[in-house]
Amino acid sequence: MADVAFQQNRAASAGNVRKRSSLRSALKRKSTAAFLMTLPLILLISLLVIYPAFYSLHLATLNKSMQRFVGLANFQFLFKRETFWLVVEQSCIFAITAVIFKALIGFIVAHFVHNIPAKGQRKWRGMLLVPWVIPPAMSTLAWLWLFDPSYSAFNYTLSFFGIGPIPWTGDAGWARFSVILVNIWYGAPFFMIMYLASLKSVPEQLYEAAAIDGANWWQRIWYVTLPMMRNIIAITTLFSLIVTFANFDIVRVLTSGGPLDRTHIFATWAFRVGIEGGDIPLGASVSLFMFPILAIAAIFILRDINKRGNES
Amino acid sequence: MSRRKLSRRQFVAATAMSSAALMAAPYIRTAHAAGKLTMGFWDHWVPGANKASTDLVNEWAEKEKVEVSIDYITSQGNKTQLTIAAEGQAKSGHDILAMPTWWPHAQADLLEPVNDIMEPLIKQNGEVNGTVQYLGKAGDKWLGVPACIGSQIKGPCSRIDLLKKHAGIDIQSMYPAGAPPQADGWTTDTFLKAAEACHKGGVAFGIGLGETTDSVDTAGAFFQAFGAQLVDAKGNLTVKTDAVRQALEFYKKLIPFLPPDVGAWDDASNNKWLVSGRGALIMNPPSAWAVAKRDAPQVAEQCWTHGFPVGPKGRFAPFLPFFWSIWSFSKNKEAAKSLLVHLSQPASIEKLVAASGGYDLPAFEKMTTLKTWAEEGPPKGTLFHYPNPYKHQILSIAASPAPPKVAQQIYSQAILTKMCQRYHQGEAMEKTLAWAEGECEGYMRS
Repeated sequence: MADVAFQQNRAASAGNVRKRSSLRSALKRKSTAAFLMTLPLILLISLLVIYPAFYSLHLATLNKSMQRFVGLANFQFLFKRETFWLVVEQSCIFAITAVIFKALIGFIVAHFVHNIPAKGQRKWRGMLLVPWVIPPAMSTLAWLWLFDPSYSAFNYTLSFFGIGPIPWTGDAGWARFSVILVNIWYGAPFFMIMYLASLKSVPEQLYEAAAIDGANWWQRIWYVTLPMMRNIIAITTLFSLIVTFANFDIVRVLTSGGPLDRTHIFATWAFRVGIEGGDIPLGASVSLFMFPILAIAAIFILRDINKRGNES
Repeated sequence: MSRRKLSRRQFVAATAMSSAALMAAPYIRTAHAAGKLTMGFWDHWVPGANKASTDLVNEWAEKEKVEVSIDYITSQGNKTQLTIAAEGQAKSGHDILAMPTWWPHAQADLLEPVNDIMEPLIKQNGEVNGTVQYLGKAGDKWLGVPACIGSQIKGPCSRIDLLKKHAGIDIQSMYPAGAPPQADGWTTDTFLKAAEACHKGGVAFGIGLGETTDSVDTAGAFFQAFGAQLVDAKGNLTVKTDAVRQALEFYKKLIPFLPPDVGAWDDASNNKWLVSGRGALIMNPPSAWAVAKRDAPQVAEQCWTHGFPVGPKGRFAPFLPFFWSIWSFSKNKEAAKSLLVHLSQPASIEKLVAASGGYDLPAFEKMTTLKTWAEEGPPKGTLFHYPNPYKHQILSIAASPAPPKVAQQIYSQAILTKMCQRYHQGEAMEKTLAWAEGECEGYMRS
């Protein structure tokens, strides 16, 4: 019995030692340390992102006076509204057009900057980042003055060439053009800096090998640069698509969704319906409608990146 | 560790002794004996106007021994609405909050009734107009006290010289300072003719057709002048009526005489239009005139604030009141009510009106003939008719008399100006009406 008892104690103490050592080794593990270091951020995100997200889900299931659970009735109601489908269409036009042009301009400018000698490159990089660094609510105010219906600086300049006046924010087509233009102006530097970083990481030997094989400029771009940048292009596109779909400030400051609702996107219309119109559950439903669209886009893009990662 | 037990006898004795000590102790009234009170007031754009309200609050706080804290909340960027929504959701925040137009109704369930102070105030200061009753009362419950600060009439502000020169209208003799209006001839037809003449003269009327409040308020007053309602007081759809058709026809005739970019105007555009000297008339409270007084005095001395033109169903002017409401979760409701009574005393109102240069309008009828409006200038008497002293206009708000929660949506979605624009841009009348009816139908959900 004593032996057994002794052995039991030994087993228990061995267990404790094992536990302690496993705790120690867990703490020593890089992943644990990384988790602990990111814990404050995770908590912050939980508090500021996850909680509001679930709260807005809850709001979207309430009736207008927020006293009754109505399930998906708010969404059913929205699907029957002409203005809602107009907003869906405009959000897609706004986000897709803006992201395509931001990526294209970012790609071209990144090449230009990449080819500037290293000595002067820093200055150019800094200057080109300026639109992205200024808070958009402020920079859009400057654009608002440039587009002002009565005192537009653009129209003043164009008048010297006998052009205009152009109703930058007064006509549906021009207003859409204006908000997309400002979004491109604001977002292109982000693409530029990401692509520039990616370009710098493409091994020079690949270009040398391509040159030996007689590849021209276009073939070097198509067969070397683009494949090497594929992942960064996918990630920046996804990121920008999410941010552009959720844009609020540019449209709000520039047109407030007008004229005749022709520039409303999800966030601005949600604000109009929810805050200004006093229908918070419907506003929450409008803003949540973006979520499945972006989630599907994210799944496809990230799956593709993952697949390529496994292949390599 | 030993633990001393308290017997029942000892407990009773200790309680009795401490109660006796508390009762016998002398009452020391501290500086803030009556507790704390927090309030969120509208941040006035007139320099020095906030100081007048701060002084009034402090004067009351000192007398009542209440610790007060005031936040001035700007209406820029919808900060006021956001604060109301956030405090309503959190059920926490200021004790008193200044709420514009539709917001007392939107938060009606969360507001403390103030009938007990409103009734004596009405007895003392006179009746309040119909719009204040419509916006400030839910059934028999007063949702707030109409605030003098920030309340305004958005009537016409005209250029005396330009109206005379281009339209042959002597606006000062129509609206003489210190005397009742002689404005029988100031009709919607005269208005159209004047708009056309001024447009030809290169000084078009600056009336917005955007989605912000100035544009919507003007459209609302004109619609009412034709008896046009989209939804009636009982909540019935009344879009497809002759009155609405007449109002749209009126706007279709008016729009060609307005600047071509009015569809994109915001609340600053009309002010700029007047101050720059490019326009003969705008619809605004005296803020544009006040800015002109500072930046373009030669324009300011030609400005005259007056009444709306009369239509087939009457003469309506947009009135946008602010209310001081008390949250039902406030911890010091009695003090809040006492302060609101203090701020609504004639002497307080007179100070607030003077500090705002005549911009702020009390809602009570006995308070519309203060000397500030008679004396402000240049030109002297320019604001005399601003507070509607002879009640020759019906003060109203766009989208009324629809039930306020429906009207709020019609108003915030700018359905009226959108209808005018759609019809003007060539859409068939019946299609515009069908679109508006569909939108209003959507706002009926509870």
